Amino acid sequence: MSASRHGFSPDSIAKHSRLRGATKSHSVCPYCAVGCSQNVYTKDGQIIDIEGDPESPINEGTLCPKGANTFQLVSNPHRVTRVKYRAPYSDHWEERPLDWAMERIAQLTKEARDRDLVERDANGMTVNHLKTLAHLGGATLDNEENYLIKKLFAGGLGILPIENQARI
Amino acid sequence: MGILSDLLYPFRRPAPPAPRTATGFFTDTTLCIGCKACEVACKQWNQLPSDGFTFTGDSYDNTGTLSATTWRHVTFAEQFPSSDAQPPEPSITPSGSLDIQALLAQAQSGRWLMMSDVCKHCSTAPCEIACPTGALIVNEFANVYLQNDICNGCGYCVAACPFGVITRSEIDGHAHKCTLCFDRQRDDMIPACAKACPTGSIQFGSIEELRERARKRVEELMARGVTDAYLYGDAPSASYSTLGAFFLLLDDPSRYGLPGNPARPQLSLAADWLRTAVGAIISVAIVLAVLLTHAV
Amino acid sequence: MPGLGASFGRGAATTFQRDLSNSDCILIMGSNMAEAHPVGFRWVLKARERGAKLIHVDPRFTRTSAMADVFTAIRAGSDLAFLGAVIHYILEHELYFHEYVLDYTNASTIINESYIDAEEQEGLFSGFDVKSGRYASEPGSWGYSASTEDPGQAETDATLSHPRCVFQILKRHFARYTPEAAAEICGCTASDIVRVAELLARNSGREHTSAIVYAVGWTQHSTGVQMIRAAGIIQLLLGNIGRPGGGIMAMRGHCSIQGSTDLPTLYDLLPSYLPHPNVAPEHATLRDYIENGRGFATSHNADSSGSWQDEAVAGYWSNLPAFIVSLLKAWYGDAARPENEFGYQWIPKNDGDHSQLVTFHRMYEGEVRGLFLIGQNPAAGAPNAALNRRALANLDWLVVRDWFEHESASFWYADPAVDDPKQIKTEVFFLPAASIPEKSGTFTNTDRLIQWHEKAIDPPGDCRSDLWFIYHLGLRLKELYRDSTLTRDDPIKFLTWEYGFDRPEMLPDGRITRISDEPDSAKVLKEINGRRISDGTLLKSFTECADDGSTACGAWTYSGVFPDEDNNRARSRDSTIVGSTTYPNWGYSWPANRRVMYNRASADPDGRPWSERKKLIWWDATAKKWTGNDVPDFEADKPPSYVPAAGATGMDAIAGNKPFIMHADGAGHLFAPYGIKDGPLPTHYEPRESVVSNSLHQTQTNPTLRVSEADINQLAEETDPEFPVVATTYRLTEHYLSGPMSRFNSWLNELQPEMFVELGPELAAERGIEHRGWMIVTTKRAEIEARAMVTRRIRPLMVHGRVVHQIGLPIHWGYAGETVGSIANDLTPMLMGLNVSMHEAKTFTCNVRTGRLRSKPARAIPVAQRPDSGPVPETPGFAQPEGRLDRAGLQRKK
Repeated sequence: MSASRHGFSPDSIAKHSRLRGATKSHSVCPYCAVGCSQNVYTKDGQIIDIEGDPESPINEGTLCPKGANTFQLVSNPHRVTRVKYRAPYSDHWEERPLDWAMERIAQLTKEARDRDLVERDANGMTVNHLKTLAHLGGATLDNEENYLIKKLFAGGLGILPIENQARI
Repeated sequence: MGILSDLLYPFRRPAPPAPRTATGFFTDTTLCIGCKACEVACKQWNQLPSDGFTFTGDSYDNTGTLSATTWRHVTFAEQFPSSDAQPPEPSITPSGSLDIQALLAQAQSGRWLMMSDVCKHCSTAPCEIACPTGALIVNEFANVYLQNDICNGCGYCVAACPFGVITRSEIDGHAHKCTLCFDRQRDDMIPACAKACPTGSIQFGSIEELRERARKRVEELMARGVTDAYLYGDAPSASYSTLGAFFLLLDDPSRYGLPGNPARPQLSLAADWLRTAVGAIISVAIVLAVLLTHAV
Repeated sequence: MPGLGASFGRGAATTFQRDLSNSDCILIMGSNMAEAHPVGFRWVLKARERGAKLIHVDPRFTRTSAMADVFTAIRAGSDLAFLGAVIHYILEHELYFHEYVLDYTNASTIINESYIDAEEQEGLFSGFDVKSGRYASEPGSWGYSASTEDPGQAETDATLSHPRCVFQILKRHFARYTPEAAAEICGCTASDIVRVAELLARNSGREHTSAIVYAVGWTQHSTGVQMIRAAGIIQLLLGNIGRPGGGIMAMRGHCSIQGSTDLPTLYDLLPSYLPHPNVAPEHATLRDYIENGRGFATSHNADSSGSWQDEAVAGYWSNLPAFIVSLLKAWYGDAARPENEFGYQWIPKNDGDHSQLVTFHRMYEGEVRGLFLIGQNPAAGAPNAALNRRALANLDWLVVRDWFEHESASFWYADPAVDDPKQIKTEVFFLPAASIPEKSGTFTNTDRLIQWHEKAIDPPGDCRSDLWFIYHLGLRLKELYRDSTLTRDDPIKFLTWEYGFDRPEMLPDGRITRISDEPDSAKVLKEINGRRISDGTLLKSFTECADDGSTACGAWTYSGVFPDEDNNRARSRDSTIVGSTTYPNWGYSWPANRRVMYNRASADPDGRPWSERKKLIWWDATAKKWTGNDVPDFEADKPPSYVPAAGATGMDAIAGNKPFIMHADGAGHLFAPYGIKDGPLPTHYEPRESVVSNSLHQTQTNPTLRVSEADINQLAEETDPEFPVVATTYRLTEHYLSGPMSRFNSWLNELQPEMFVELGPELAAERGIEHRGWMIVTTKRAEIEARAMVTRRIRPLMVHGRVVHQIGLPIHWGYAGETVGSIANDLTPMLMGLNVSMHEAKTFTCNVRTGRLRSKPARAIPVAQRPDSGPVPETPGFAQPEGRLDRAGLQRKK
C-alpha cells in the first residue's frame, strides 16, 4: 500500500513543518474563561502559528474554533494600528499622533475632575467622588490592567462609575 | 535554477523516503459536538482562504461541502419527531408512585447528529489512479498526498473521487485537498484538526491501532445500549477499499453526506470497455452493411 | 456572585472544570456548555464516557443537549420553579445526605421568631418596604435566633424538627413547588422534573457526587442570583460541595472576567471583595469601616440581622483590618499613615448604584462627560443597545481602546439609524490596543486559576497594551497635578506609580522591544501579591498581611502568586496530576492555590474521607494535619475534634467540623440570613416581561426589580396579547459576544455568516414564516429583521394549559465587521435585579411576522479571506503553508 505508482517531487521529499527554527512563547486564549493554554510561534518578529499547548492540563492541546482562530485575530488586516480621532460634529476620522491623543485625554480628564469632584456631601462627610467620568470594560483585560484601572480611576481620581462585563 | 531546470522540474523524481507506520483518522461521531474547531484549525495551519459567506439554513452547516479550500467539513443532521408524535410520558401521581426505573430509562426523543468529514485517504485511491501527471502520490505514511508543485489542474481526480472531496480552486486552477498535515507528520506533530478537537472525536494515529480502538469502541457502545453504532470504511467492501480516514456512525451514511456504497470508478471500466467494444462492433457492422448494401 | 457567596462564602465557582470528569451526574442548566465552552465540555464528556449521566435543561435543544442523556425543554425564565420542585422532591422523599446536612449546613439553626416567609404573604418576605420597593437590608427577622445560654451563638436543633429551624422553614417554603405545579409553569412534565431530581439524588452521597454547571443562562434574569442560590441549596442538601466531582461550576464568559471581579473594575468593590466604602456614617472613617465589617457595604438600616457584623468577629473576614490597611499601603505608599487613616478618605465614597446600566441611563440623560471604553462594546452588546448608542452620542468625549473599529467606536457614522454624523457632538478617540500575544500579564479563568501569558512580539504601529495606556495616563495626570497645593488633589499626587522596566524588556526570541516605555506587568503583579515594607520582601501568603501598616498588599486573595522575586507562580508549568484531576503546579489558583474550595467537606466530621472513591483531603492523625490531593481550605493543623471556647474570635471561632470558613458559623447556608437583597430563600417570580401570570403567588415579578424609565425603554405588560411569544438570546460556538473578536475574522464568519432567529415549525406555519426567509421580531422597544431558522429543536410548550411558543436570537451581529446584521440587544430591555444590577436579556416577550424592514441596511467591510502576512519568514518554499494557493510559485522556489 505504501508504494506509490508516482514518485515524490523534490518539494515533497524536503517537506517539513514551518515551525522548525521558530520561537515558542506561552500564552492564554483571549476568548472565553476556560483558560486554554496556547503556544505562540514566531519567526523574525512575526507570529506564524498559534495552537493549543499540549502540556496544559486545562486543554491538553485542544482549542475550540475561536481559540483556533487566534492567529487570524491578531494577524488581521482589519486591525486598527494608528490613532484615529473624530472631532465633535465631524463626519470623518483623522489620524493623530499617539502622544497628542494621550495629552488631550489627560487634559480632558483633569478638566472634568477639577470641575466636578465632590469633596464633601451636604452633611459635611468627606466623599471625594467624581461621577461625570466613567469607565467600562475589563473582562478581556489582564489582571494587572484591571488593578491599575481601579487604582488610578478610583484611588487616584475618585471616579465612581467603574464597571465591566462581570455583573454577577 | 535555469530555464531548463525549471522545465524539467515536473519530471524530477528523487529517491522516495522509506515507508513509515501507516497513519490515518478515526472520527468518532458520538463524541462530536459540532464545534468546527477542526475546520478553523485546518484553515489556520494551512492558511486556507475562507470560502465566502453563505447562510445555507442547513442546520448549523454553512460550509456545505469539502473543497479545494475547505479540507474539514462538519455536517449536521437534525432528527426530531414532529411535536404531535412525542412518546407517551409515564404517569405521575402527587404521591410520586411512578415507575422510576422506566422514567430513568426513557430515551431522548430526538437527536442531532454531527460529523467532521475529511478526505478519506483511501488505501486504493481512485484519484491517485486517475492522476495523469503524478501529482497525487501515496506518501511514506500511506496517506494520499497531492503535490502542489506537480498538479497541472486537469481535474481528472475531481471526477474520480466518489466522495466529492477534491475540487479545483478558482484561485490557482489547481486541485487541492487534505494533506493529512504531511508537513506536520514529518516533524512528528499530529494533524492540526485532530490536535484541536476538544472532545477527541477526531483521532489520529497508526491506522492499525485506530481500527482496533474503533472496533472496541463499537463493542463498548453496544454494551451501553447504543446499538446503532457501526464503523464506516474500516474494512474493504465489494466495491471499495478500506479508508485511511474512517468513521463511527449512528445512522445511514447518507445522513452524514457520505455515499452508502462507494464504488471505485475503475470497477466500471470493464463494463465500459465491453460497452465500447460492442458499440464499436455494431458501428462497424452498420457501416459495413451500408457499404455492402450500396455496393450491391 | 452573591448567589454563591451567600451560600458558601466566596463568590466564585467552587470547583474547576477538569474535576467535572470525576462526577457521576452533571446537570447543565442556564448554560450551553458544549457551544459556549467547548474545551471545558471536554471534561464533561470524559465523565459521560466513564458512565456519568448528563442532563441538560434549557429552552432550546442545543449542541449541549445533543450530547446529554436527558434533555428537558422549559420556558425561558421558569428555572426557579423547576429547581424549587427538585428541592421539594429531595426533601419530600428524604433523598438528602443527612450527616452532611446536619453538620455542614445551617439546617439545624433556628431563625428569629419575627421571620415571615414569602409563602405566608403572597411572595414577600418580612422586612419589605413597599415605598422604596426594597427589603430593609438583611432584616433582623432573617437573622439567627440567639441562644439563651450563649447569646453569641445561634440556637440550634439537631433533631431538625423545631418549626423555626432552617430545615423546617425550607420544607414549608418549597411545599407548594410540587413537580406538577412546577411543570405547569415550566412547560414540561412532572416526570421530567422527577427524573432530574432522581438522577441527581441517586448520584450523590458517600460514594457518588453530582455537579451543577451554569452560565449567563441563569445570571441574566431578574431572579438570576436566586437561581444560583437554589442550585446551592440542592448541592448542600445532596452533600456535593467541597468534594471531587461535586460543586457548582460557574462558566464565565471572558478570558479574565473572574480576574476583573477579583481585581475589580467594578464600582462597589475594592480588590479581593473588600466593600467599596459608602456614603454612610458606618463608613465615615477607617475605624467605622473596620468595626462595621462588610455589612455596611449594603446595609443602611438599623434593623439589620447583625449577621454581617458577626463576620467581623468570627470566620475569615475577621482579617478585614489587615486587608484594607495593606491595600491602602499598596495604593498610597508612605503617604498612608496611621494619623491620616492610611489614606482611607482618598477612596471615593459611593453614594448609590453606579453599575453599567445605571451609568448608561445617566449618560443618556446627559449626566456623564467622558467615558473610557476599554475592551467592551455596549453599542451592540448591552441590553437595549439602541439606548446605549444614544447615550454614547450624549457624551462630550469618548476614549475607545480596542483592536477593531466595532459598533461603539463607529456609532456616530456607521449606525444605520444615524442620518447625519454632523449632528453628533461626541469627541471620539480610537486608541488601538495590543493583542494578547503582544503583551505580558495574567488572566484568571473560570476555575480561579491565574495564568501568565508572555509577550511574544511587539504590537504593530501605535498599538499599545492597556497597561501602557493606564500607566502613561497616570504619569501625565500626576505631572499635571504635581504642583497643586489643594488637598483634594492629594490622592493622585500620592498614588504609588512606579512600574517602568528596570532594564529594557527582552522578548522570548531574544529581541529587545521597540516600545521602551512599556510598564513591567510583573511589577504590578508583585504589588498585587504584596510586600513587607521594612525589607521589601514579597508576601508568601495573605496570612502575613498586617493591620499596622507594615505590609502593602493590592489584593489579599492573590497573595502567594508571587512569593519570591524570581518565582511568579502564574507561570508555573508543571502539569503533574495529583490524585485524579488536581494539577497544583500549573498556574496558581486563589485562594492559597486551593483547587476545590471548602474541601474540608470532602471528609466526614471526624476527618475521614466519606468514601475511598471520593477522597480529596483528610485528617492525618499521626502527623496532626490535614493532607491529601489538594491544598486544604482549612487551617492545616486544626483537628476535626476542635471545639471553640466560649467567646472565641476570628478563625478560633470556627469548629473543626465546619468547612465553610468564610461564614461566621462555618456552615453552608441553606437559608441565607444575609448577603442577598431579595430574600433569604429563592422564590419564583415571573420575568418582567412574561406571557403568563405568576401562579404561585400574587407578586408577579421580583419585587425589588428596577427598570430604566427612559422613553425608549418601554416594557410589555404581563400577558400582553400583542407580545405572545417568549424570546431568549444566546451565543453560538462560532462567534463571540457582540462580534468585535469574531466578525472581523473570515474563518469564523464563513461558519455563521448571518443573523438568524430560531423558531419551531408550528409557530412558523402559524405566521407564514418560511425557513431561510426573512422575518421580523417586534418588542415594545424595537423591531429587527433576520433570516428564519425553522427547526424542531425549538418546541412549543404547554404552559398553564395553553401553547407557548419560544424563539431564540444569537447576540453576535451589528453594523461593523465583515458580516453585519440586526442587533438582538436592540430588543432586550434595560432593567435589573437589585443584587448585582444584572439585566434580563435571557427572557422577554415579542411577536414575529414574515417580511423585511424598510430601514437602511448596515454596510459590511470588504472580506479579508485570511490573514495576509506574506510568506512565512525564514522558511523555505516547501515548508510554506499548503493552502497559500495564490503563491503557487513560492512552493517551488528555494
